[in-house]
Parts: sequence; structure tokens; C-alpha cells
Amino acid sequence: MIRLEGISRSYDLGGEPVHALVDVTEEIASGEYLAIMGPSGSGKSTLLHVLGCLDRPDQGRYELDGRDVSRLDEDELSLLRRHTIGFVFQFFHLVPRLTALGNVELPMLFAGIPPAERRARALARLKAVGLEPRAQHRPDQLSGGERQRVALARATVLEPKLLLADEPTGNLDTTSGRHVLEILEQMNAAGLTLIVVTHDPAVARRARRVLVLKDGRVVYRGSGAQIHEAVDVLSAAENGA
Amino acid sequence: MRPLDVLGFAVRALRGHRLRTALSLLGVAIGVAAVVTLTALGEGARRYVLGQFAAVGTNMVIVLPGKTETTGGMPGFGGVPHDLTLEDARAVVRGVREADKVAPMVVGTETVAFGERRRQVALFGSTHEALEVRRLGVAHGRFLPPLAWDRGAPIAVLGSKLAQELFPATDPVGQVVRVGDWRMRVIGVLEPRGQQLGVNMDDVVVVPVATAMKMLNRTGLFRLVIQVRSHADLERAKSNVVRLLSERHGEEDVTVITQDAVISAFSSILGALTMALGGIAAVSLAVAGVGIMNVMLVSVSERTREVGLLKAIGAGRSQILAAFLTEAILISSAGGLLGLALGWAAVLVLVTAYPALPASPPLWAVLAAFSLSVAVGAVFGVLPARRATRLDPVAALAGR
Repeated sequence: MIRLEGISRSYDLGGEPVHALVDVTEEIASGEYLAIMGPSGSGKSTLLHVLGCLDRPDQGRYELDGRDVSRLDEDELSLLRRHTIGFVFQFFHLVPRLTALGNVELPMLFAGIPPAERRARALARLKAVGLEPRAQHRPDQLSGGERQRVALARATVLEPKLLLADEPTGNLDTTSGRHVLEILEQMNAAGLTLIVVTHDPAVARRARRVLVLKDGRVVYRGSGAQIHEAVDVLSAAENGA
Repeated sequence: MRPLDVLGFAVRALRGHRLRTALSLLGVAIGVAAVVTLTALGEGARRYVLGQFAAVGTNMVIVLPGKTETTGGMPGFGGVPHDLTLEDARAVVRGVREADKVAPMVVGTETVAFGERRRQVALFGSTHEALEVRRLGVAHGRFLPPLAWDRGAPIAVLGSKLAQELFPATDPVGQVVRVGDWRMRVIGVLEPRGQQLGVNMDDVVVVPVATAMKMLNRTGLFRLVIQVRSHADLERAKSNVVRLLSERHGEEDVTVITQDAVISAFSSILGALTMALGGIAAVSLAVAGVGIMNVMLVSVSERTREVGLLKAIGAGRSQILAAFLTEAILISSAGGLLGLALGWAAVLVLVTAYPALPASPPLWAVLAAFSLSVAVGAVFGVLPARRATRLDPVAALAGR
């Protein structure tokens, strides 16, 4: 599904070059459940943005679904983001003036799907995340967990192959966080490739595979079951070792 | 993205900031209302002036004695022009087929007296035909009867104001007044007409043309007013009159003017004035456009995260551009509509307050004002919309 070859990305921060990703080579199979961990500034968010085609690598080759993404132009990238990739963010990023239903319909608006079909599909997605009764509520009338479930419904309404979640439980209490993860995992079980960026070992251990990043490089690869090893590497990294 | 969805998205975004939207909309509305009101005023002035001419009659050829030339040279040389005589007038009646009615006119100043009351007024010598040719009306009694033109008669028709002043309480018809040294019987009173081409037709005394020539000791006419059968015959009538009178006088020594020339000159001057007023008002639309740009820039920077999200869920550049541009155009065209309504109301108030002024915005001004308001949104919305499309999605999502 995903093949990264020698991906590097650096940017300027106050005159200092920051190497967010350095020579990252990785393969992610279709249907995988991958957690990416790392201390802040390790490049895990940048990696997620590159995977989601929101950011372009300076060097290297990114193949998604057999296509060389680095060669695509802006319009082709937006089509890719629309139909192949779904995003879930730590801060939900719901449009405040739209209802839950309106937010879920949003990607279909840009895809040009007729209103009746849009509504039906959005309601079906809301039902799948257990929020059908809340369809007409605006984001400020929903709890954090509910907001993230709306965001999940929105991310998956156009049936992408790849779902990227950036700290999806970072702003939620344990119960609603677990609820969101369970929904994500159900979708993964149904065939969706799931990549979660997190600093929470309790979240990462549920993944089948875990990567740990440090200073833009992958410093550890393991399975979710061996999360203690990953945590050791992580704490070593955080302590500056 | 379907056009209706773009519209719906923009409307919902605008509803999120009602006050801000309303204020920038008001800016456009004031601009459009100004264009509508000012051009209505200009058009009203144009119509008022044209109406003054129309009151005198439009299918008219006026013949003046003497040739007005613009070649310079000493006046008095090159021969004294012949008088324009009653005979000339009769020749026109006989010889110019396009002429429907011909009214010879002599104008002077005389004192009209009744008992102790005296008024200095314009003496207007003419014939029966003047009633129709000058679009006069008789309020009371009758106008000059169809006499032979060279026959005088001691009869007079009074202007409404003159009649009111000389006979405040009694009926003037049948009374005898003194006009200069002449005693004349009043046979009628004109309807009020007000100012007609510089002569107050309410303050005149009308007598038969032959009588007036004797009273004023004139051999020639002041002018000859010819009513032409139809507007299409105007030019032909004019050249026939010139040819006929040139033959009679042995040289071209009359000036023939048509109302058309005067009217079109006035009309184009006042039309230009109207356009200038509209143009000045349109400047305020440009100011309103800057207001829209400002509001849209604020909106884009407030909604940076939203733009980032839209990019993340696969909105293309052109779609984001369309969404923001639509917002700007919605503000400006709604403002345009409101402005048309405001302008219309202002014109209505104006017309009610000054019924004499036929103020009404010309269609071109209404269309131009509205299309300009739409264009203002499109032009001034481009910069903010482009700024939105150029946002880097990662930075935008982080609110940077």
C-alpha cells in the first residue's frame, strides 16, 4: 500500500534548519494497524502529513497504492486526499457553524455528490459511530468524544483506503478515548489501513506494529505486544540519550 | 462541487458573522443607492427641461428674420435683411405642403390698464393658429377668432395672472381695457401655463397680429412658428421654408431653427451631467469594495484552520477559491439589491416632495449600478480568496 524510500523533509525555524524527517524508508501493507511514537519534535506529525499528502518530502520517493505521489500536481493530490485518505485530528477540526450531519457531508460536497445521496450516506456514517440521534447538533453541543466520532464519520464517509489519526485520543478522557479507538479498530478490521500517531503507550500497544521516531529517523520497529521495548526506547530518546 | 452547494456553503459562512456581513453589505448598498438617486435627479432635470420644450410643441419649425452667421465680419455690412412679413407667412401657408399650421408672431411690451389698475406686460400679436401651435388653452371666453391675418380688431385675450390682477373680483370677459393707447374688448382668459421658453404666458396680452403691428409700429414679424404635420417631415419643411423665403427675398436672409436641435443639445448636455453624477456616486462603490476585501481578509485569517481542514478532506484550490469568492460576491450583490431598494425609496420620497421634478433613475444607471456592485465583489474578493487557496495545509491546520 505505502512505500517510503529515503524520505527527507526539513524546514526553516527561525533561521535554523530543522530536519523533521531524515532518510525514512518504510513499507506499510494494506490493512495494517500501525502506531507511530516519538518525543515531540521527532518528526512523527511531519511523517503523518507526508503520508497524507498534506506535505511534500524534499527528497525520496513516496508510493501510495502503486502511484508515485511526489510527481502529482496540486489538483491530483486533492483528489487523492478526498478519495483515498481520511484524516482524524487531535482537535477534531469540525466546522463550528455546521451540524454534525453538515460536517460529515462536507467531503461529499467537494466531491459533487447530490444532496439526497449525501444526506443518506452521512446519516449512515453517523449511525455507524453511534451518533445518528445527534445529527442536527452543532459541534459546541457535543462532547469531546462525540466530536471525535463525528470527525471519524467525516474522515471515512468517502470510503478511503488509508486513515491517518493524529493523537485521536489526545483530547479525550479514557472512556471516550477507548470508544473512539474501538471504532477505529472496527474500521481497520474491515480492511482500512490505520496509522495512528500517539505518545500514549496505552494507545500504541493496541496496534499491530509500532514505530518510534527520534530526530526524524526511525529508531525502533516492533509489534504492539512488545510495547515495553518501544517505551524503553522512547524514554531513552526523551531523556536525550 | 455543485454550484448550489458552493452557494449554500457561502451563505452559511456569512450567516456566522451577521453584523460584519451586514455592515460591508451596507457599504455597497449606500453606493448603489447613491448612483440610483443621483442619476434619477439628473434624469429628472433632463426630463423637466424636455418637458418645457414639449409644452411648446415638438413638431415645430421657427423662422426668425435675419441670418445668424458665425463667420464674423462687421455687422451691418452685406445688406440689411428683409423683414419677415405677413405676406411671407401667407406664402409659407400656400407653398410649404408640410406646414400644418402657421402662426405669425409679433412681440412687444405694452401697458394694459383697467380703471386705476395698470400692468406692464408682454404684448403678443398672433392669430387663431397660435392657440394650437403654442399649446395654449382657454380658461374662459374664447381665443382670437380666425380673422384674415391683415385685419386688425380691438379684441384681447389676457394671460391668467394679468386677468387675476386687473379683475380680482369681476369677470374680465366683455370688459374693455386700455392697451397702450388702444381700447380693446376682452374676449377670453388663457389657462395658466407658466414659463414657456422664457416668456411667462400667464403675464401677457394677446391681440390680433395686424393690430399688434400697428400698435408697435412694426412692418415685420418677430418670428413665424410653423407646426409641421409629422415629425418625419421636419427637415423637409425646414428646407422648403428656407428655399421659399430665399426666393421671395432674393437672398437667404432668414434663420430657421427646429426644436429638435435645441432639444437634442439640451438632452445631451443633461445626459452627460447625469452620467457624471452616476460616475461620482460609483466611486463610493469602489470604497465599498475595499470594505468587502477587508472583511474577507479577516474572514480568511479567522478561518485558517477551516481552510486547512478543507484541504485535508480534499477540497481543490479552485473549490476553495470559488467558496470565498462566492462569499464576496454574495455580500456585494445583496448590497446591490438593498441599494436598489434604498435608491428607489429615496427617489419616491424625492418625487413626493418635489412633484414638478420627474425624477426617475434611467434604466442604464440601474443596470450599471447593480452589475458594478456584483463586479466589485468579484474584483475585491479575488485577493482574499487567493490568499485562502495559497495557505499551506499543515500550517493552516495548526492555525498558523
